[in-house]
Amino acid sequence: MLNIRLISLIRKEFIQILRDPRTLILVLIIPVMQLFLMGYAATNDVRNVPLAVYDQNRGPAARELLDAYRAADYFSLEYDVDSEDALRDLIDNGDARAGLIIPPDYGEKIQSEENAHVVFVLDGSDPTSASTALSAAQLIGQSKATEIMVERQARLIHSAPISQPLIVHTRVWYNPDLISSYYMIPGVIGTILFALTSILTATAIVRERERGTIEQLIVTPIRPWELVVGKLIPYVLLALFNAVEILAIGVYWFKVPIRGNLGLIFLFSALFLMTSLGIGLLASTLANTQQEAMLTVWMILLPSLFLSGFFFPLEAMPKVLQWISYAIPLRYYLVIIRSLMVKGVGFAALRQEFLALTVFGIAIMTIAVMRFKKRLD
Amino acid sequence: MIKISNLYKYFRSLCAVENLSLNISAGEIFGLVGPDGAGKTTTMRLLCGAIKVDSGQINIAGFDIIKQTEQARAQIGYLPQKFSLYEELTVLENLRFFAEVRGLKVEEWKPRCMEILEFVGLEDFTNRWAGKLSGGMKQKLGLAAALVHEPQVLLLDEPTTGVDPVTRQDFWRLIIRLAARGDVVVLVTTPYMDEASRCTRLGFMKDGRLLLEGTPNKLRAQLRGRIMELRGTPLPLLRRLAVQDPDVEDAQMFGDRIHLRVHIGAHEEITNRLEKEIAANRGMMTHLQVVPPQLEDIFMELSVMDSDG
Repeated sequence: MLNIRLISLIRKEFIQILRDPRTLILVLIIPVMQLFLMGYAATNDVRNVPLAVYDQNRGPAARELLDAYRAADYFSLEYDVDSEDALRDLIDNGDARAGLIIPPDYGEKIQSEENAHVVFVLDGSDPTSASTALSAAQLIGQSKATEIMVERQARLIHSAPISQPLIVHTRVWYNPDLISSYYMIPGVIGTILFALTSILTATAIVRERERGTIEQLIVTPIRPWELVVGKLIPYVLLALFNAVEILAIGVYWFKVPIRGNLGLIFLFSALFLMTSLGIGLLASTLANTQQEAMLTVWMILLPSLFLSGFFFPLEAMPKVLQWISYAIPLRYYLVIIRSLMVKGVGFAALRQEFLALTVFGIAIMTIAVMRFKKRLD
Repeated sequence: MIKISNLYKYFRSLCAVENLSLNISAGEIFGLVGPDGAGKTTTMRLLCGAIKVDSGQINIAGFDIIKQTEQARAQIGYLPQKFSLYEELTVLENLRFFAEVRGLKVEEWKPRCMEILEFVGLEDFTNRWAGKLSGGMKQKLGLAAALVHEPQVLLLDEPTTGVDPVTRQDFWRLIIRLAARGDVVVLVTTPYMDEASRCTRLGFMKDGRLLLEGTPNKLRAQLRGRIMELRGTPLPLLRRLAVQDPDVEDAQMFGDRIHLRVHIGAHEEITNRLEKEIAANRGMMTHLQVVPPQLEDIFMELSVMDSDG
């Protein structure tokens, strides 16, 4: 049987959403803005680090070394200086982030089969990019060293170049070019879904209390569950609309692949919504004004963002924080959405996360619905 | 139609409603008056089940509000003190919403809404957003929403506060027309004594207790012979001298006159004493005589009275 009360509630909610510019902006524009901001800004990619070179040798051997650095696009050789002071100045004022000093006797030492030394200076004030640049600098240097060694060996025994004794073949799966947007965009989808639905449901329910409309609703025969469902359904639909919107931008603009099953992505997203809507509903039972509701949701949102592995890799966190992260529902959803989009895994690989989200969703929803009363006190 | 017996409601240690018992029958317009914080709004909310009853019983049109909450609520139309409709919805959308959640069928809501809008005089504003209505029109829309399901019990919490005098008259004509049908009971709270005098019965509440109850005439009769009207200049001096008189209990300014509440049978002594006192203080008394008591006089007497007295 058609439930007129429920349909009427949902229709009313949609009219309110469509006529409230603030909600519309929050729903339509903010997620897109967030996606572009985070998609571009929140990247760990280290490319084209400006490099200043103080080449005191200027021989063919030194040029070869510089070519090796130039070839990898980690560094761009932007400055050619002729003193250590000039190099220091460039790094001091931030024009260059790294410096390479080649001593005058570099070519000579290489020729005479001695140990040649070069100095690589790195601006460590941003540790994340510095550590990537550092290993890149070492790697380039080492492979050049190996090359030189192989040549020397060949010259020594007058034969064809000998082969290296150990070769490590690396294969980077799922994201061979290590593009960080593959990692960030699915994360952004998760955080936007989480933030938007919990904030919108909390404020939508509290608004009835703040404006006094709840007093008129109370005397109607609307059942508490109808009130809850009637409030949640519009925001579930909005959230799913948002998910599609963000996915589309992710795929068509940021070129993030969807390797997994699209249906599975929606299934897991719907499951995750149960948690975020539950948090919104719970916050609405604790707050009397929309502002209070916002703050309450943010108190859950902030630690979620930091402890879910959205910004910082969980593996790098202290053990205690890693344990706490198991209590953050967003953590599981991020694993799911990243795996589904980039790895293209099936349901079997995500069974644990499915279980965790189901437990969280049911628990939070149950508490929230139990606390939800169709009364003023 | 409304039966309240031994009703109690506490907010923490504060007793908001204390041992309230009241029966109101169909056709009555019962006015609940009293100072702010007397427990009028709390009583209204208890009656419609918006807050929990701590002890006592409420019966609405045969249904127990505690055990048969929803059946009882189905009989209630409630107009809260604060505007409680959706500002972003139009007049008709608001009414349709409340008609539908109140269980009106698809083919019923439209004619019923138009009928009720015509009744309250909003038929020309069906497409205006509720938030864009004037204060008086908002209250009429609130009344329409409360009436849309033809309730037997109408609870109106200060329906005319902040409404202009002309619209107040309109509003009361509507209330009286409803009650005149004989099958509806209206419970209304109001701060206006002229409105209180239009009720068929009045109850005076203070500190959660119903101190006095009866028809307006019966209440007025309580102070018969005890109210004197004093005119003259300057009024502040007259009032100060009047309250010093041993037979005057209280003196209240009413515009250009002062109402004295006096001990019964002391009229002559008071007149003699005040004449002399006022002349001695170079004031002028133009008029002093016994008048029929107003509801204001009762209100003032009960309001200033110690709640134990």
